[in-house]
This record gives sequence, structure tokens and C-alpha cells, in this order.
Amino acid sequence: MDATPPTLPKQSWTFSRETNADIRRAAATGIYDIRGGGAKRRVPHFDDLLFLGASISRYPLEGYREACGTDVVLGTRHAKTPIELKIPITIAGMSFGSLSAQAKEALGRGATLAGTSTTTGDGGMTEEERGHSEKLVYQVLPSRYGMNPDDLRRADAIEIVVGQGAKPGGGGMLLGQKITDRVAGMRDLPVGIDQRSACRHPDWTGPDDMEIKILELREITGWEKPIYVKVGGARPYYDTALAVKAGADVVVLDGMQGGTAATQDVFIEHVGQPTLACIRPAVKALQDLGMHRKVQLIVSGGIRTGADVAKALALGADAVSIGSAALVALGDNDPKWEAEYQKLGTTAGAYDDWHEGRDPAGITTQDPALAARLDPVEAGRRLRNYLAVMTLEAQTLARACGKSHLHNLEPEDLCALTMEAAAMAQVPLAGTDWWPGKAGF
Amino acid sequence: MQSVDLSSSDLRSLNAALQAQAEQTNQTVWEVLNPRGAHAIAVGLDAPIEVTVNGSTGYYCAGMNKQATVTVKGSAGPGVAENMMSGTVIVEGDASQYAGATGRGGTLIIRGNASSRCGISMKGIDIVVGGNVGHMSAFMAQKGNLVVCGDAGDALGDSLYEARLFVRGSVKSLGADCVEKEMRPEHLHDLAALLEKAGLDHDPASFRRYGSARKLYNFNIDHAGDY
Repeated sequence: MDATPPTLPKQSWTFSRETNADIRRAAATGIYDIRGGGAKRRVPHFDDLLFLGASISRYPLEGYREACGTDVVLGTRHAKTPIELKIPITIAGMSFGSLSAQAKEALGRGATLAGTSTTTGDGGMTEEERGHSEKLVYQVLPSRYGMNPDDLRRADAIEIVVGQGAKPGGGGMLLGQKITDRVAGMRDLPVGIDQRSACRHPDWTGPDDMEIKILELREITGWEKPIYVKVGGARPYYDTALAVKAGADVVVLDGMQGGTAATQDVFIEHVGQPTLACIRPAVKALQDLGMHRKVQLIVSGGIRTGADVAKALALGADAVSIGSAALVALGDNDPKWEAEYQKLGTTAGAYDDWHEGRDPAGITTQDPALAARLDPVEAGRRLRNYLAVMTLEAQTLARACGKSHLHNLEPEDLCALTMEAAAMAQVPLAGTDWWPGKAGF
Repeated sequence: MQSVDLSSSDLRSLNAALQAQAEQTNQTVWEVLNPRGAHAIAVGLDAPIEVTVNGSTGYYCAGMNKQATVTVKGSAGPGVAENMMSGTVIVEGDASQYAGATGRGGTLIIRGNASSRCGISMKGIDIVVGGNVGHMSAFMAQKGNLVVCGDAGDALGDSLYEARLFVRGSVKSLGADCVEKEMRPEHLHDLAALLEKAGLDHDPASFRRYGSARKLYNFNIDHAGDY
């Protein structure tokens, strides 16, 4: 008699290998998983949108002969000295402490070569960063580590951080192993202890208070600097409207794919909205208030290519900001360090224990030997190259849509590949003139 | 004396004039009339000048002060002397929430009471309060001294780092990781100096000292319930 055909071993979708590994790790340690970066789960994103391109009713611009502008001016609402950038791609706030001084210098060098701005982070302004950044945005964070009026005045813009996409409603934690003498000194805390960053500002609560805080910052800096307000992608319509009401010159909106130096994995993966879902509500808030293009909107969280840039701008953003992608351009998660990633129990592309300070690439570390691996000049050049490619890609797509400036891109240039993306971006599902929620269906 | 009347002059003109004073200015004494609760009065100063505000102020009076001595002859709204770097700020009346928040240096003297979160996240400032302080005072305080001549509200010194807290009256409750500590001679010495600077003649020995137990300095799952 023939043997009964065996069934194949089935892995549970609910209890996948990854899930079971997480359970075993939690059971062994009693500590939730902390990591860097943004959401790793698949969420609707810019890849789910396509440009329609030119046709009989839309004619394209000649790719090599006809100009397609990329410049943007940020802070035109109240600031005496708005920021003028050559490209609409800025470098997001990342702290010295989380990143090495070499990495911060490289970000400044790359941004300056590309004609854009970079941003401080939770830890204050370093000389390396200020010295190598032609345009530097100074963050005002709940921790106020390193905050002082002299740095406020030598910044080119000020960014009040209410939240970030990786953890809307959460604070931060820089673990003790990254707290060197210099980092501790800048933060007025002892060496080697975990440095907690509060989730709320210490001296204001709510939009009415924020309006007064903005007034104070303007008075201290003579109304010269643009003031940005950065929010995580939680309630983009109301957060944008309230930021405008409070007097912001620029709103920075960071979706859930936006990175962080270190936060609980459960926070990163389960709080906030995808970047794609945040843009249209924010733009609508600006339009409802008559402030679209008067208060500029910077979108961040998972921007990787010129296509992402062009799509974000087509949906109504004035600029985008990159963090994780900039680190990759510097050399983060480079396969050339694979042997060392393996020793850390991971692999190139998946390394996210940035908080532990053992980054083989010398970027998310304060270890002098590791940090010395990153040449700020070369890394800065790589970032410049990357920014240039993104800009060229965005221009290519804009020209194909017949647009002489990236800001002329519009939702009508797009269609969506999925129902979810159509609903979030409010552009037609491909092959239809409809998106979920569209009136008149 | 230079006098600016906020009933006829605007805030920008006042702050611009005060901020324009250089280290060697001859215009060292200023008076602000009719503040009427205006926000951000005398912020961002950086010269050894004396500014007297004749009345009560709104939010952030003397914010980020350096070198200057600012006296409020009234009460101060939220965030008085926030992020002060140096100099002296004196509030003759009471102070609202967040007095001296994140201050890095200098001395803040409040002759009356201070509301909640006095000295929140302070980073080196000295604060002397003649009366009581509200709940969550010295939350996440990192460096400096908070002297309370009256009582302290709930959760004093919650998540405290290295700041030193001195309280003469009662403490309703201590926050996470905040404990009473021995008052050693060096503490009595420093406290006496602060009281003298504030013009108070309390006996330093009548105060109790509080500081961090330092149990939350590095994350430990066994302390998770304490956070």
C-alpha cells in the first residue's frame, strides 16, 4: 500500500518566523525592542502612483533644451530673510550624538554643494555642522539640549519640533553607550547615562502657547529667521492648520516611514500615518486657509528617488526632506561592511541598531575608531551626487508632464495603481476617473 | 534712565533697543512702563544692563537672558526666564508655570509663589522661590539648584538628574527617582549663598535636600514601573 502523501510544513502567517523570534527575544530579555529608522512594514507609498506623462492634450518639454526650475524659497510669510534653495530637497534633522561629528559634517558638506539646507537635531549645533553648512536649520526640541540664543541667531532658520513621523507623541532616548564627554557636555548631563528626550515641550502646551513661543523666538532673532513647525503624520489637516494659526512660516510634515535614532519598534510600526496619506490633508488645510504656497510645506518620510520628490510636489508640497536616504548616500548599511554586520547579528540593509553605537560605517556612532572610517569630504560628495541625481530625475518627470518648474506639477499629472493609494493621494485609480471618496460617484 | 512705555511703543521696538545694547553701553538702566501682561518682554538680552518692568508680564519675560538683570515689579506669566544663560531675573510677585524652564545659568529669584513645573528641565540655573512651588517642579532637572522656602507640590523632582533641590516646608510627594538626601556642609554653604543673594535670612539648616537616586539613569526592566 502506498504511503500517505505528506503535507508540507506550514508556517503561520500570524505567527511568522519573525513574530516568533520577537516573542522569544522578549521572553528572554524582558525589554521591548528598540531600533533606529522608520517603519519597515509595507504601506501605500509613492511607488503606488504613476505620472501620466504628455499626450495629445499635454505636450512635453525637451529634456535637454528647455529649462525646468527646481529652486524654492522657504519662509516667505514673516521672515525678513527667507531661505533660498537651489533644489527642493533638504536634509532632515539628525542629532550630533546620534550621528558622529564626521557624519554631521558630511551632511553639511553635501547639502551645501547641492545648494540646499541641512538641519541640527536633538543635541545642539556643532561647529563642524555650522562651519560646513551654508544653510542650517536649528531645531528647537522638547529636550532643549544645547539650546542657546547665540546658536539661534547664527542659524538660517528655526524649526520647532512638535513631533516626528517615526513616533508621533513620543520622546527620545540616547542610550548611555553613545554618551561621550563631548555629547554629555553639550547636553549638560553626566557621561554614560541614558539621555531621555521629553515628548512635550517644557514651556508650552497647545497651539495658543506655541503662537507665543514663536513670537518669543522671533523677538530674540529680530524677525529675521523663517520659523518651521515640524509635526509627525498624525492628524495632518488639523496640525497643519494649527501650525499656520500659530504663525509658522513653514510646516514640515513627517510620515511614518520617517526615521528616528532610537525608539521602540512597536511605536515605529504602529503609530502615525503613511507619508502618502498625509500630504493631501495638509495641502487642503493650507488651501482652506488661503495659505498654500504662502506657508511652505515640506514633506518627509521615505523619500528615496526623484520620482518620490516629483510625486510629493505634484500632490502640493513645496519641498521634501530626506534623512534615512541621506545616511545611505553617506555609506550607511553599505554591503562592503557585510562581515561586520554579520558579527552584529544582522546584514547590510537591515542594520538598525543605531542606538548601540557600533555602526561599522561610522555614521551612527560616537566610537572614535568607527567614526574615523567616514571621510566627511568623500561622504559629502556622495550626498551631493545623490541629491543631483534625485533632482535630475524629478526634472525628467516634470518635463515629461510639460512642466517648466517642479512646482508646476499637480495632482492631475498622476494616477494610482491601487485603491488605497488612490484614496490617500486623491488621484484617479489607473484607467478610471475615480478615487475612493470622490464626490459624485 | 531710559524709559519705554508699552502703551505707546511696540514690543519690537523695546526688544530691539534692549538687544542693541553692547557690553560697554552707557545706557545701563532701563524702565518698562505699562507692560500690561505683554508676552516676550526683554527677551534675548546680552549686555550687563538693568531692566525694571513696572507691572505684570505675560509669557517668557526675560527669555534666554544673558548678563542682564531684569526685575518684574509685578507677577510673571508662564516661562519667565526660560533658558536663561546668565544674569539675574527677579519677580517681585508670583510666577506662573515653567518658571526658569531649561535655564542654563544665572539666578532667578521669585519673591512670591511659583506655579507648576518650576525649573522643569533646568540645566544649570539657580532658582530661589520665596513661597511655594506647584506640582512637577524640577521635572527632569539636570543641573543647578532649586530653593523653595515654602512648600512643594506633588511629584517634586520627577525623573531628576543632577540638579539639587532644597525645600524648607513640606513636600506633598516626591516624583520618580527623587529622594531626600543628606545635607552636607557644602550644601549648607551653597544654600546660604543663594539665600543671601535672594535677600532671604532663612537658616539653611531649616531646609531639606532632595536629589536623584540615580536608579533610572540606565534603563532596567525591573524599574519599568517607576517610570
